[in-house]
Amino acid sequence: MRQVAIYGKGGIGKSTTTQNLNAGLGEMGKKIMIVGCDPKADSTRLILGGLAQKTVLDTLREEGDDIELDLVMREGFQHIRCVESGGPEPGVGCAGRGIITSIGLLERLGAYTEDLDYVFYDVLGDVVCGGFAMPIREGKAQEIYIVCSGEMMALYAANNISKGIRKYANTGGVRLGGLICNSRNVDGEADLVESVAKELGTQMIYFVPRDNMVQRAEIHKQTVIQFDPESSQAGEYRNLAEKLDGNDMFVIPKPMNQEKLETLLMEHGIL
Amino acid sequence: MDVKTEILSKYKAKVFKSRKEHIVEVDNGSEQLIAANTRAIPGIMTNRGCCYAGCKGVVLGPLKDTVVLTHGPIGCGFYSWGTRRNKARPNESGENFVQYCFSTDMQEPDIVFGGDKKLRQALSEAYQIFKPKRIMICSTCPVGLIGDDIHAVAAWAEAEFGIICAAFSCEGYKGVSQSAGHHIANNGLMKRIIGTDDRRPEGKYPVNLLGEYNIGGDGWETERILKKIGYSVVSIFTGDGALADIARSHTADLNLVQCHRSINYIAGMMKDAFGVNWLKVNFIGVEATCETLRHLAEFFGDEELKKRTEEVIAAELEEIAPDMAHYRERLSGRTAAIFVGGSRSHHYQALLRDLGVETVLAGYEFAHRDDYEGREVIPTIKEDADSKNIENLVMEKDRRYRMFLTPERFEDLKKKMPLEDYVGLMKDMPDGAYVVDDLNHYETEEFIKHLKPDIFFSGIKDKYVIQKGGVLSRQLHSYDYSGPYSGFRGAVLFARDVSMGLFAPAWKMVTPPWAEKREPNAGKAAFKEAESLKEAGDA
Repeated sequence: MRQVAIYGKGGIGKSTTTQNLNAGLGEMGKKIMIVGCDPKADSTRLILGGLAQKTVLDTLREEGDDIELDLVMREGFQHIRCVESGGPEPGVGCAGRGIITSIGLLERLGAYTEDLDYVFYDVLGDVVCGGFAMPIREGKAQEIYIVCSGEMMALYAANNISKGIRKYANTGGVRLGGLICNSRNVDGEADLVESVAKELGTQMIYFVPRDNMVQRAEIHKQTVIQFDPESSQAGEYRNLAEKLDGNDMFVIPKPMNQEKLETLLMEHGIL
Repeated sequence: MDVKTEILSKYKAKVFKSRKEHIVEVDNGSEQLIAANTRAIPGIMTNRGCCYAGCKGVVLGPLKDTVVLTHGPIGCGFYSWGTRRNKARPNESGENFVQYCFSTDMQEPDIVFGGDKKLRQALSEAYQIFKPKRIMICSTCPVGLIGDDIHAVAAWAEAEFGIICAAFSCEGYKGVSQSAGHHIANNGLMKRIIGTDDRRPEGKYPVNLLGEYNIGGDGWETERILKKIGYSVVSIFTGDGALADIARSHTADLNLVQCHRSINYIAGMMKDAFGVNWLKVNFIGVEATCETLRHLAEFFGDEELKKRTEEVIAAELEEIAPDMAHYRERLSGRTAAIFVGGSRSHHYQALLRDLGVETVLAGYEFAHRDDYEGREVIPTIKEDADSKNIENLVMEKDRRYRMFLTPERFEDLKKKMPLEDYVGLMKDMPDGAYVVDDLNHYETEEFIKHLKPDIFFSGIKDKYVIQKGGVLSRQLHSYDYSGPYSGFRGAVLFARDVSMGLFAPAWKMVTPPWAEKREPNAGKAAFKEAESLKEAGDA
């Protein structure tokens, strides 16, 4: 079972990329579980065809901790199992503690079955506190992919997340598998992301081109592969799935200091 | 090598550097500095408590007409329940919540989703069941971490139930010790309670008793003496105290400050806002009590009052004289070490002196430099991140500000008594004695070896370590479930308890395990022998 966590700057397309990628892996016959680690609970919408799910934490709050796995786990497209951790409303309580609680509960309920090839954690935004680092602590996720673009803030975030990975690399054994560039049509984007990846000691594992097909599929609450299997974008996600499935480059990242990162951005004409 | 050097020599460089500033061998000929109110060093077994312990446990907990609700997991509430032995009698309306423990009992889902809903529910339940007029909410650590807005919930409760409800952000991790919690509690009482009822109680010489927590009934003995002389006690902060009385404490003419550390903030703020003078008093010790009573009479300057004071002192002294003489004879020449919280390590030296017992080592858990060196050093105390963390209220003159003394008389009295002043512990100690701030377990054991005190006054955290080493230890936090020890009658009880401890034949019967030559399985053999004797007896 490969446990994979997807991080990246807020709004960069983590959930969209994760679900489209999973549709590709599903087509390949892989058995997958997606654990949404975002209080908004929208990490599995495209696989399930809508926000159809009770979150683990809502259930925990309403029913107590004597709950059945079926209540919080739904199967969607390609029999992908979906779980949403959920969390408090904005500005209240502790969402990070929620993720810790939620993953602990899933383990106790036996959600991590032997037959799974992949568990994906789709994690909210930046690594803001200990709770959001949960999937990379204690050896939950062994490999991390960071979704980014050629935009400055996305790369800042990627560098920051790398710091988090390095912190836990020695205790939890977590490694960085690469950067996924979710293109925003920035000039020289692939080159920039590739050189940032190189500097971090990793790779740009795939460049996903920008295509409005993704938005069309999203409006229909579907992944691209389900919505239009023949489209070129569906092919891109299949390629990403192939790449990820065959990836064997796992590193402890070497995050840059601020100065180095800014120099790099300057060289590529961003700053 | 002197004692200090020898004890410090076991420390690593960094610890040495810190601890050496916290240990002073008293030399009254020179100006002596001591480091205090700094963070305890990780790994050192300190006796300190937390901010919540200071706010809820010390200052707010003893209030009897008030539900003190702990917002947090159940442990904090449970372990701060009843342990300080603050005695309280119900007031006229029959309210007394001191024996109850109120807690929101936060669970994991409350941490994740926020605890404010549960806090509202707890407030509703407390109100429905007990109909209190006042509720104080105290936060523990996780509440600060997840940021529950307890102040908004308190405002909601005031509107919803028509009660007084104040919230205290006294999370345990704030500050370096419980001292931070005292300050937070002082600020809250000043902002929300003091000055909210202008009805001046009837009776002459109205005073407040500050920093008297009525442990073992101390406050009652003090109040008995004050009332006998003719004072009216407006309010007590906070042992057997009521917020209803504290609301009108600003109408008193004088604040008597017993525990300087925990309540001096309110004394200072009431002076600034309402003009109420404060006097450092000490009702622990016979001589000290007499001196305090004379200062009081001098403050009011009434000849009748002075006469009455002397009459009462004479009568009280006469009552206790035979007992005190008896115990003094038994205890004279002994030595003591005292390590308590913030002021008692100073106060009890007076009582021990009455009994001919010299104090060779004294220290505070959580005091500041002024408690050791005197208030004159306050301007020289450097602010640090920890002290800045706690709000420092600056009071404006209230419209009800009034001065009881003329400026001339104030200056005149200041020469005769600790009026708005505290001399600190060190100047009252003999040369060669040791003063140690935040004494830890290692240093306790070492000092006992070197100074060989006959009695070590401390608390539950180290009492049994000391006693198992063959040295009598009496608790000055809980009085070992005895007391009161204040005033005249309290002095006799204290002398009795100490004498009883020192002369208990138990010490001769105990051989510590390391000094005992034991046969293997000796215990088992003794047990068998006892069993067979019992059987023989039964038959």
